[in-house]
This record gives sequence, C-alpha cells and structure tokens, in this order.
Amino acid sequence: MELYNLTIHELHERLKKKELSSLELTDAFLKRINAVEGKIKAYITITKEDAVKQAKEADKRIAAGMDVTPLTGVPISVKDIFCTKGILTTCASKILNNFIPPYDAAVIKKLKDAGAVILGKNNMDEFAMGSSTENSAYFTTKNPWDLERVPGGSSGGSAASVAADECAASIGTDTGGSIRQPASCCGIVGLKPTYGRVSRYGMIAFASSLDQAGPLTKDVKDCAIMLNAMAGYDSQDSTSIDAPVPDYTKVLTKDVKGLKIGIPKEYFIKGLDSDVEKAVKQAIEVLKKQGASVVDVSLPHTDYAIAVYYLVATAEASSNLARYDGVKFGYRVKESKNLIDMYCKTRDEGFGPEVKRRIMLGTYSLSAGYYEAYYKKASYVRILIKRDFEEAFKKCDVILTPTSPTPAFKIGEKTSDPLTMYLSDIFTISCNLAGIPGISLPCGFTKNNLPIGLQILGKPLDEETVLKTAYAYEQATEWHKKRAVV
Amino acid sequence: MAITKKDVEHVAVLARLALSEQEIKLYTEQMANILSYVEKLRALDTRVVESTAYTTSTNTVFRKDEMKPSLPQEGILSNAPEKAKGCFKVPRIIE
Repeated sequence: MELYNLTIHELHERLKKKELSSLELTDAFLKRINAVEGKIKAYITITKEDAVKQAKEADKRIAAGMDVTPLTGVPISVKDIFCTKGILTTCASKILNNFIPPYDAAVIKKLKDAGAVILGKNNMDEFAMGSSTENSAYFTTKNPWDLERVPGGSSGGSAASVAADECAASIGTDTGGSIRQPASCCGIVGLKPTYGRVSRYGMIAFASSLDQAGPLTKDVKDCAIMLNAMAGYDSQDSTSIDAPVPDYTKVLTKDVKGLKIGIPKEYFIKGLDSDVEKAVKQAIEVLKKQGASVVDVSLPHTDYAIAVYYLVATAEASSNLARYDGVKFGYRVKESKNLIDMYCKTRDEGFGPEVKRRIMLGTYSLSAGYYEAYYKKASYVRILIKRDFEEAFKKCDVILTPTSPTPAFKIGEKTSDPLTMYLSDIFTISCNLAGIPGISLPCGFTKNNLPIGLQILGKPLDEETVLKTAYAYEQATEWHKKRAVV
Repeated sequence: MAITKKDVEHVAVLARLALSEQEIKLYTEQMANILSYVEKLRALDTRVVESTAYTTSTNTVFRKDEMKPSLPQEGILSNAPEKAKGCFKVPRIIE
C-alpha cells in the first residue's frame, strides 16, 4: 500500500497523529502525478507551488492543533469548472483559454478553509457538455482501468484522477449524470447532492436549474466527509437551500434493517449490459441479506427524460453561454469588422462543436414560434417526472438502479452521433430533472475487468439515507478496495 | 416541423455564431435528428401540470438591500481582452 492509495479518513488518522506531514503527502501525490499523468491526462493545470504552500499551512494548523478538520492537509483535485482565484480556469474551452478568475467559487473557499490542499484542475468535457471528456478543447482523459476507454464525463478528469490515485479525492459537477457516470466508469464513489444543497456560486454555469457540485471519492465515508465540507446555505446563490447540514459521517452505521428499497422496472430494459444487470441484481440481494426489504416501484415517464433534458438543458445553456462574447474576459478574435462581427467570430472560434450544437438547439427551442412546442412542453413533462419520484418515494426510502447501461465505452466509439452519446445518460438524467440526490458506487466488474456502478437515489435533502445505504452495501463487499493498475 | 437550412442560419444569427457553410449543413442534419427524437413529448398529455423552471423552490428569494464591498475594479478588468481608462474596450459601434 502506497500513501497515494489511501482514503481521506485513513490519511487524516496519520496526519492527526503526526506520523506523516501534509508536505510529505503532497509530495507523494505530486510524484504520483508525475509518474502516471502522461498516460491518464486527468489534469489541465497542476498547481504545484500553491499545493506546497497550502500543505505547509496545513502542517502549521496540525502542529498547533488548531482548526484541524478531516480534510486538513489532504491533497485533492478540482474540476476545471470551479473558479479558482489567480489560477487558470478554462472549463476545457478555448474561449476561456486565458481566464484567471479574480475570486474563488464558494465550494473552493470552503475546501480551502477546511485546510484541503489543491493539486490542480481536472480535464472535463467543454462546459460540462458530454459523457466522455472527448469534448474537451485540450485532450481526452483515459480510463485508468483501460487506457483505450473513456473515463466517462463530463467530470472525467476528476474521476480518473481519483481512480489513478493522482489525488485523495476530487470535486465535480453533475447536470445530467456528470459526477455519477464517470464515477461508475472509473470504479469510484460519486455523489450528486440535492439541487440547492451545495452553492453554485463561482461554478461556471451550464444549465442552472440542474447543475450541482459534489464529491468523487475512493469510498463512501470519504464522500460523507467531503459533503460535510461542501454543503450549506450561501446567500450568493439564490437557489441555495437554507436547511441545516447534518454530520453525514454520523449515519454510516451499516444498519439497514427495515429500510425499503424501490426497484423501478423502467430501469431494467433492453440495451442494459448483461454483466451490469447481474451485478446490480446481486447488489440488491446483498442489501436484502442485511435486512432491507425490496418493493417494486414505477417511474412511468422515464422514457421521456432524455428528450426533456436536451430541451431544458440546452435552452438554459444558450442563455448562460451568451456571456462569452469577447468583451469582459476570455478569448477575442483578432480581426473583426465591427462589434457584432467580433461577437459572432469570437464565439464561432472559441466554442467547440458540441457546445455550438447545444447553443443552437437551445436558441431554437426558445425562439419565437417554437417555445411552446419545445421548451414549455419539456418543462411540463419535467414536472411529471418529478411527480413519478414523489409517488415512488411514498412506497420506499431509496431507489436502486444501474448508474449507466454499459461500462466505459471505447474512445471514439460514440463521437460521430450526438444522440447515441446522449443516450448513455439514460439512468442518471431523471435525478437532475427531479432535483433529488443520487450516488454511484462500485458494485462489480464486467468480464473485461471494467467497473460497474450502482446508483442509489433518495428523497430531496435525504443524502443521509442515500449514504447510509451505500455504506452498508460497500462495507459488505470488497469492490471499493480494488485499485486500477496504471 | 422539419428544421431547414434557412432556420439554422436564422438561429445562428440569434445565437451570435458565425457558422461556416459546413457547420450549417452538419447542424441542420443533427438538429433534425435530435428534434425528431424529442417529438415523443408531444404525445403526452401535460394539461394537469403547470410550468415551473425550478424543481425545489418556486419562490423568489429576497435579501436586504445593504451596501457590501464588490470585487475591485482592477480584478474585474484583469481579464479584459482590451481595456481603456478603467473600462472594457470594444470595436467601434458607430461607423
């Protein structure tokens, strides 16, 4: 076991007992990054100097025994969608290839205040639009379990950095599955909290009614530790929920006696990989043995989720991305005839093909004559999807599904047809549309040794039951102990 | 409602994207595919629900109208592609 293999809670024990300094630990991770990053390509920017500074600060805190949190001195990475003061923040786009934010995102500030050490900024699909990191303007991240495959996306760099032990944990964002699907592809834990649980301030917006930040970690306990540091009301985000934040590590008791697990028949469909189906069904049996009971539930509007998503998310994106116009920050085209010409050329050159496609689609569905038929209709169906969950949760405490219908696919396999790529989010999207929390955790491997993810969905603001169920399953299995050999 | 090349050109103007001929052609095709996929929503009866943009709260959030420091002008201008006299500078608007 190397230092970089350890979880946050294991590292915290050693740091606290002063068996290890944060500086030594940070150095171990920087060496690890040096050794494997050439193969994985999980980082757009590595912030070595800042990390060393933060590690020294953390060591001072630990030495003084002051304000030591479970994250103090622990090296993490962050998706390049979070604004970091004084550090290049690209959102994996050419249009932000020179953007140095003058402030930290609320989540970044919270993690820094907790004493975490930030190693760098992770690769992703441009503006979080994608399921593979192939839409990054810079490069594609490789899956640590099979370098010919994608790590999932859009938080693919974050997930790969955790799976390849290039950090202790990471944070990403999830608009339609962008934390859970890469976590599933990379064999780690990823949580999308309830919409509003974590502040979106300083997180570059894609679809504001769906975007939510969350942790990617090596096990469920780490996930709870990270959520403790990230969650909470923020007056700078008007959709942030003003509700108390419990200590999420307190619920990790392994006790699921009496827990009711809902199984939606709409998620066990044709096209579901047979290894995935088998692993998820076995996971249900594991929880049953621990005293949970299983009920059949129905989410009848599941089949409409992707259609709703690609209308709602693109409409919001077309509005959010209007700010990239070459005036206040980011890329500006060198030659232009006038202001409008400058806008149009800057945007055409600055955005990649998938981003432009989504801006076009969103602008179209919001334009005069189409708004009622597309955007408004989709907003209505979105409510039906939300009601499906409300009905289902009358009968159960959590809902169990596969995270993704297939394991990680090959690089290049789905790039030619955008619709095929969109369908890889089929099991994760409804959760964002309904605003509920969802986690993905490892539940097995395919015949080709690719990780499989189990998704657990919960009631709004009930991350506790989601984490508790995930922890009980995890502790009864060995999957989370397997590490990719890079 | 099949989308035409002309529609795509119009949307590109609205979206302020100087798309190439090739891009217009590709997006016409791909948007037509995606739009035909989302057609399935039409079959659903949605009369029982009202539209809402947000799923957790539909309330407008208010705050006290208090003076608070904002980011310094220097920080705000630090990323400007072009600036002059403490302002963002853009290409000439009036010919």
